[in-house]
Amino acid sequence: MPLTDALRDDILAAVPSLRAFAISLSGNSDRADDLVQETLLRALANIDSFQPGSNLPAWLFTILRNLFRSDYRKRRREVEDAEGNYAKTLKTQPSQGAHLEFEEFRTALDKLPQDQREALILVGASGFSYEDAATICGCAVGTIKSRVNRARSKLAALLYVDGAEDFGPDDTVRAVIGGNG
Amino acid sequence: MKDVKSPVSKSAATGKTGGLNAEIQSRIGHQLRAMYDDVVRQGVPDRFAELIRKLDVPANSSQVEEDEGGGTNNDGRV
Repeated sequence: MPLTDALRDDILAAVPSLRAFAISLSGNSDRADDLVQETLLRALANIDSFQPGSNLPAWLFTILRNLFRSDYRKRRREVEDAEGNYAKTLKTQPSQGAHLEFEEFRTALDKLPQDQREALILVGASGFSYEDAATICGCAVGTIKSRVNRARSKLAALLYVDGAEDFGPDDTVRAVIGGNG
Repeated sequence: MKDVKSPVSKSAATGKTGGLNAEIQSRIGHQLRAMYDDVVRQGVPDRFAELIRKLDVPANSSQVEEDEGGGTNNDGRV
């Protein structure tokens, strides 16, 4: 369909969540914004192929996800750079305790396989249905469900089970887990 | 948005061998959204707003963009 003002507004409205998705995927805010920019350019260039009435955010997320995938194959994620850059994207710094917990969560998320991480984010944070997430990732709905479940299990193991890998839950989390018997 | 399974039972929280307990899952869902929403709340950076606005004008059009604030413009839908 042609790029109407209404469609342009809808694309604009999707930008904040596109950025959040891009940062979640790449762990790097600078790269994430490049990814969003490329996504927008590609979307606008191919706007004729967008079906009126279909899910615009899902269409944009699909483009971004595919761009990230092809980019990922070319150069590896700069994992060591991820946390510092991600922290810079926050307008307000969380309090010390919350910040620590946030870092741990971010680190755990980075440890998930890419398939699982993107499925979890699409369903758990972006608010897409399993069906939309499956469309975005180009796989079956059942595959998305199992990826999300595995992602949750792994996060739980990394964050909340004692002795998990090389870091454990902080005191607050321990108190929460231990104190609710 | 409703990724968190409805709370099953509190007693499930003690069994960390098998299924995931509801409280941990709710916590993970909460953190995931908090992380995500931190970015969403930043809104649309100027560079993207500008990019979309510029590309909105067809290359072969004689229309002059005069809209700065994103209100009314052109003859399209408002």
